[in-house]
Amino acid sequence: MENNRFELNAQLAQMLKGGVIMDVTNPEQAKIAEEAGAVAVMALERVPADIRANGGVARMSDPQMIAEIQAAVSIPVMAKARIGHFVEAQILEALKIDYIDESEVLTPADDENHIDKSKFQVPFVCGARNLGEAARRIAEGAAMIRTKGEAGTGDVVEAVRHMRQMNSDIRILCGLDEAEVMPFCKNNGIPHHIAQQVRKLGRLPVVNFAAGGIATPADAALMMQLGCDGVFVGSGIFKSGDPAKRARAIVKATAYFNDPVKVMEASKGLGEPMVGIGISTMKEEEKIAKRGW
Amino acid sequence: MTTRNKIGVLDLQGGVHEHIFHLQALGIEPVRVKVAEQFDDLAGLILPGGESTCLIRLLNIFEIAPKLREAHAQGMKIWGTCAGAILIANHIEGDKSQLGLMDITVSRNAFGYQIDSFNTRVKVPKVTENEVELTFIRAPKITAIGSQVQVLLQIDDYIAAAESDSCLATVFHPELTPSLAFHKYFVEKCGIAVTSELTERPDRTSWMKFARIAKPTV
Repeated sequence: MENNRFELNAQLAQMLKGGVIMDVTNPEQAKIAEEAGAVAVMALERVPADIRANGGVARMSDPQMIAEIQAAVSIPVMAKARIGHFVEAQILEALKIDYIDESEVLTPADDENHIDKSKFQVPFVCGARNLGEAARRIAEGAAMIRTKGEAGTGDVVEAVRHMRQMNSDIRILCGLDEAEVMPFCKNNGIPHHIAQQVRKLGRLPVVNFAAGGIATPADAALMMQLGCDGVFVGSGIFKSGDPAKRARAIVKATAYFNDPVKVMEASKGLGEPMVGIGISTMKEEEKIAKRGW
Repeated sequence: MTTRNKIGVLDLQGGVHEHIFHLQALGIEPVRVKVAEQFDDLAGLILPGGESTCLIRLLNIFEIAPKLREAHAQGMKIWGTCAGAILIANHIEGDKSQLGLMDITVSRNAFGYQIDSFNTRVKVPKVTENEVELTFIRAPKITAIGSQVQVLLQIDDYIAAAESDSCLATVFHPELTPSLAFHKYFVEKCGIAVTSELTERPDRTSWMKFARIAKPTV
């Protein structure tokens, strides 16, 4: 029978629900992440905190390095392509990557268009700050969404803002009279057919993870209680004092996000968290969540 | 003395909602199992698909694994789907076994990458007379079985479904396809009668009703 690629790809994301996806920069870190209970790893040369610190143009990682990470672990391996850089995505597909993250953490290659993801066999996850952005990415073929947050900061405030915005948009859309749907779509840039799916389901029609600034077990449980399906942790693990211990603790807190005693236990004695940058001290142009639209 | 009369779904990570929806479609109200104490009244436990290394980590840190083995020894039947099948296997190629409840050998992630995930349609006569759709996502293969294990489905060079007296293993995901046949088969294996006549669930996105943000319009 004919394989429905989009469905298979959205279903892989379903199997990641309740899990933690961790940024890793080499096979050793990938193994630590897998051992700690990560459901997938994001292979990249520099974690977002370093991309921020180093400046310059951030591009897709070296395929050699991604292949080494693929060889080191049995969990799914994801990798980032620049927004709009469909050739980087083709290269990642040629590597048989399990998921492509079309990511604002890298320097955008196209400041108007995202990748036409429907042309690919491998799945895409894309960032979003609100329902409109998520719906446009889904219409382009994304099989999974993550709220953007503000990567590389260790400050969860933007992740919370984007998740609350998404949820609020969904609640408003579901409460509208049918005649009010089209103007709401027009004003928020939501493809109408995606809006109808959201109204029928009461949520995004694909799995939605939280990302960008999650650094502690409490941060992860916070995002889960706000209604996401799982979390990405980027710089928060390997920029901390004891990565293996922190990784395990965040996995625990994500699985038991509704159990304060277990989240408390997971939060004990983790050593130094990543130093972090307070969002309120950042200039608007330093925010990477604004990349993409 | 407790009565084992409920079906549980291990609710730590992975395709939990999907199994719950299938069971509810059959008229069974499952227990979402988070802690070991919940094993006491279970006739059967489903270990869902997800990532096996993550599930193993979570089973071990809260010392759920020994209690799970104990409950199994006292009569709780187990169904492992995909990652769950890896957890219950006595042998995992290239790795040490975990729960070791079923005499099968599995090869993890045996088809390759996500791009190699696929659907197929087959007949599994012991489970249902109808042809069923199967979904394989980064699936393992069962490569060998012990003398107490029966093959339910062989495809090419591998075993896709097998059972022993106390365990059922499927390397594919019946909770992702419309057919309720495998869930009915497992519930009955646990000694619980299924009265529902329903053979298919209505919609592939139905699991989402457990992870809503707002009340749907329709």
